[in-house]
Amino acid sequence: MPRIPAQPSPMAQPRSFVWTRRVVLTLLLIFVLVPVYVMLSSSLKNLQDVQGSFRWIPSGLTVKPYVDIWKTIPLAHYFMNSLIVSVSATLFSVAVAIFASYGVSRYRFPGRRLFTVTVLSTQMFPGILFLLPLYLIFVNIGNSTGITLNGSRLGLIITYLTFSLPFSIWMLVGYFDSIPRDLDEAAKVDGCGPMGALFRVVVPAAVPGIVAVCVYAFMTAWGEVLFASVMTNESTRTLAVGLREYATQNDVYWNQVMAASLVVSVPVVAGFLLLQRYLVAGLTAGAVK
Amino acid sequence: MTATAPPRSASEAGPDSGKSAGRGRLRPRIPQRLRNIALPYLLLLPALALELLIHIVPMVFGILISFKSLTLFYIRHWSSAPWAGFDNYKIAVKIHQPIGQALLHSFWVTIAFTVLSVGLSWLIGTAAAILMQDTFRGRALLRAIFLVPYALPVYAAVITWTFMFQQNTGLVNHVLHDQLHVTSDKPFWLIGGNSFWALVIVSVWKSWPFAFLALMAGLQNIPRELYEAAAMDGAGVWQQIRKITMPSLRPVNQVLVLVLFLWTFNDFNTPYVMFGQSAPHQADLISIHIYQSSFITWNFGSGSAMSVLLLLFLLLVTAVYLLITSRRRGDADA
Repeated sequence: MPRIPAQPSPMAQPRSFVWTRRVVLTLLLIFVLVPVYVMLSSSLKNLQDVQGSFRWIPSGLTVKPYVDIWKTIPLAHYFMNSLIVSVSATLFSVAVAIFASYGVSRYRFPGRRLFTVTVLSTQMFPGILFLLPLYLIFVNIGNSTGITLNGSRLGLIITYLTFSLPFSIWMLVGYFDSIPRDLDEAAKVDGCGPMGALFRVVVPAAVPGIVAVCVYAFMTAWGEVLFASVMTNESTRTLAVGLREYATQNDVYWNQVMAASLVVSVPVVAGFLLLQRYLVAGLTAGAVK
Repeated sequence: MTATAPPRSASEAGPDSGKSAGRGRLRPRIPQRLRNIALPYLLLLPALALELLIHIVPMVFGILISFKSLTLFYIRHWSSAPWAGFDNYKIAVKIHQPIGQALLHSFWVTIAFTVLSVGLSWLIGTAAAILMQDTFRGRALLRAIFLVPYALPVYAAVITWTFMFQQNTGLVNHVLHDQLHVTSDKPFWLIGGNSFWALVIVSVWKSWPFAFLALMAGLQNIPRELYEAAAMDGAGVWQQIRKITMPSLRPVNQVLVLVLFLWTFNDFNTPYVMFGQSAPHQADLISIHIYQSSFITWNFGSGSAMSVLLLLFLLLVTAVYLLITSRRRGDADA
């Protein structure tokens, strides 16, 4: 976190500025934290507390919701599915992005600009536009070749890894560009091929950027709802679909839902906050270009 | 996660990392020149293949099936579905017929939602980034807290908001009715007109941290000398913000506003987690609307036609936006 150099103001700040800052930031802090507080406090309430009128202070604290939720819905099962899908999508996405970014950053070739523009522009497509055709394609691939993509984790992994690809490539190209070319030239003089230069010089120097890309790719896959809701079945259901389904029922144990939401959020939020300076640095590197 | 890369590379690079003559002996057929030309394309190949499979081919395919009358009956052999010409499009744009009318309504709801959400997210993000440009006690902690909504999985955040908006057991009605006595009874937030505002609030809560993050990164690139020079000339903090900070952020803002617009306009997750498959009429966002008209009625042809119309609209908006903002930027530079 302290990586960002704070700028001491060249002149004393007037009171109006300091007060504006205090008031605005306090209001924002409340806005941001109220849902977090609701999630945390409700997850520790007993059932009566969440079935009556809302209470700021729980009448008693209990960890029972954290125990019960695993039985109310197959949470462990969803968790495993989400974990397998997200980790695989992240690893493949980062590997593919490293190769592509190296190509874009280190070589000048016809079609280079077309590639970057095409990949980035896929970001703006509405998901709903290619959801229907992709679903049909997956169903038909399954029918004609026997490779089940619809309803399988594999289909979801392939889909998710392309979601984080454009941003990952964009960010890594910025990172690779900032690594002096002389370094890989030196490695090539020492007898490394282009791949040797990539893995011995460029990748080790770009670790912060790669970490940031991993975080981003994992978050993207972990939180996706739309494609998961169409492309999974009972046995491959992810957390996003499973929790949403339970939470929109009529009779919901809100304390258990809040407990589950907290459990699925903690790994991502903790990882993000620990590594946020890499992500911010990566964003900055990308923005400089 | 990244630790796997270096060891693998070491073993991979092992055999051919010797003399280049040795490599030449291994692959004598391919001349060095050709290999040099092919290499960048090979590096891009996996990314390109995946983008083609998941994005480009389905998009072309989607345009194709928007001209077919593809119903549940034809799903397993879509190629035998009868051609429909422009029928799907005609139905979608007939604004006096029920289907066209509903689509147009959904379009306007989405426009209002997007303008409000993007405007507010940008405003809050800008204010927070500027107010936190200088050091003060607790700045790093505050920044970490502000990023929490961005880091939370969308569904976990939206489910929590759904709980807060419950009519009888939610926090919002407890505060408004029981504590502040603003409302005479407990209103519904997830059905009826209020659902639109509930959606806007959740969307702003989720998206402003991204604006904040991008703008903080943008602020890093403003040279300090600019502020020092302005301070020498006697410009106060507010003037510095107006004269230096805001103009310097313009390139970041150009991209940021566009990205926020596209994300918000296409947002499916928020309404889907909040309302399930049937969104209230007043909060019927376009992506939910298309999803419903495709997967509930299993009419993929007309769903695709609506998607294509949506894409055309987004392309148009993006092109016009880039044209206008780039020209203005050019003027400012000149």
